[in-house]
Amino acid sequence: MLDTKVVDSLKAKFKDSIVEVSESCGDSIIKVELSSLHDVLKFLHSDLSFDYLLFLTAVDYPKREGKRFDVVYQLRSTATFDEVRIKAEVADGEDVESASDIWGCAIGDECETYDMFGIKYINNSELRRAFMPDDWNGYPLRKEYPLKGDDFSDRYLDKYLPNGQRHKIEHTRMP
Amino acid sequence: MAVESLGPKNVVITAKLDKLVSWGRRWSFWPMTFGLACCAIEMMSTAASRFDLARIGAEVFRPSPRHSDVMIVAGTLSKKMAPVLRRLYDQMPNPKWVISMGSCANSGGVFDTYSVVQGVDLIVPVDIYVPGCPPTPETLYDAFLKLQNKLRMGGSLDA
Repeated sequence: MLDTKVVDSLKAKFKDSIVEVSESCGDSIIKVELSSLHDVLKFLHSDLSFDYLLFLTAVDYPKREGKRFDVVYQLRSTATFDEVRIKAEVADGEDVESASDIWGCAIGDECETYDMFGIKYINNSELRRAFMPDDWNGYPLRKEYPLKGDDFSDRYLDKYLPNGQRHKIEHTRMP
Repeated sequence: MAVESLGPKNVVITAKLDKLVSWGRRWSFWPMTFGLACCAIEMMSTAASRFDLARIGAEVFRPSPRHSDVMIVAGTLSKKMAPVLRRLYDQMPNPKWVISMGSCANSGGVFDTYSVVQGVDLIVPVDIYVPGCPPTPETLYDAFLKLQNKLRMGGSLDA
């Protein structure tokens, strides 16, 4: 369980923008408004010594009312060994301010999240697709993306392997 | 093939040229380094001292496709990598052979998904399929012996 001091000082500073504080498996989860997310992260880094960003990702809740995605930040303090998880709800097409000015390692994780979910991070200097090809269509970790691909992924290699270099059709879906 | 003796110090061996060339080729495969996933670890192990691919003359793993004549596709081929594989294959000089190593390269394996090519035989013609996930070094060794056998049976200059 996180030291309540952290939660208390966050509550004191960002009274209105904290949506929910909960706990799961010993981890404190603090959900904040997207508009103040960057300020909260900056405060945690500079004032509460959460100097280490473990990872940054997103979760898709397609059936949730309101905003669709959660962006998740898992932070650790190397001084006190506290861990805290920060979440914020993001709608489809909504931009998130990059955390790369606070933790440099956020650049890579934001590229990954952009690649898989299509969440754009503003002020990230190198935002591009991390895994999929640059001309890929669709965001694979969204729930509606079909596991065995769509028409685009079936035809993707036609562009690069012309002249009958492919020997048979590629996907294994049932017709 | 015949051995003729022309005196005490001169011995002449006659053979068909294509058989002779095929003999030279099958005992000096130069594989291309194409490790894509965990199968590459077994491929390295095959080439290293314990299993020692040098025993059949195939230990010279080349970093360039232009030096090599066997491509071992060791691992999962993603769609992002597939054009690169085809390009490297096209750069290899003839004659050339392809060994598809492991379940992923043979058929996509467990990765029946949007981003993985369901078998490298969609992209390049494959000579030997090596089963296993990953195949043991002995299995890859056997693939080389099978490939040697294929050359011995074919034995043609345009193999």
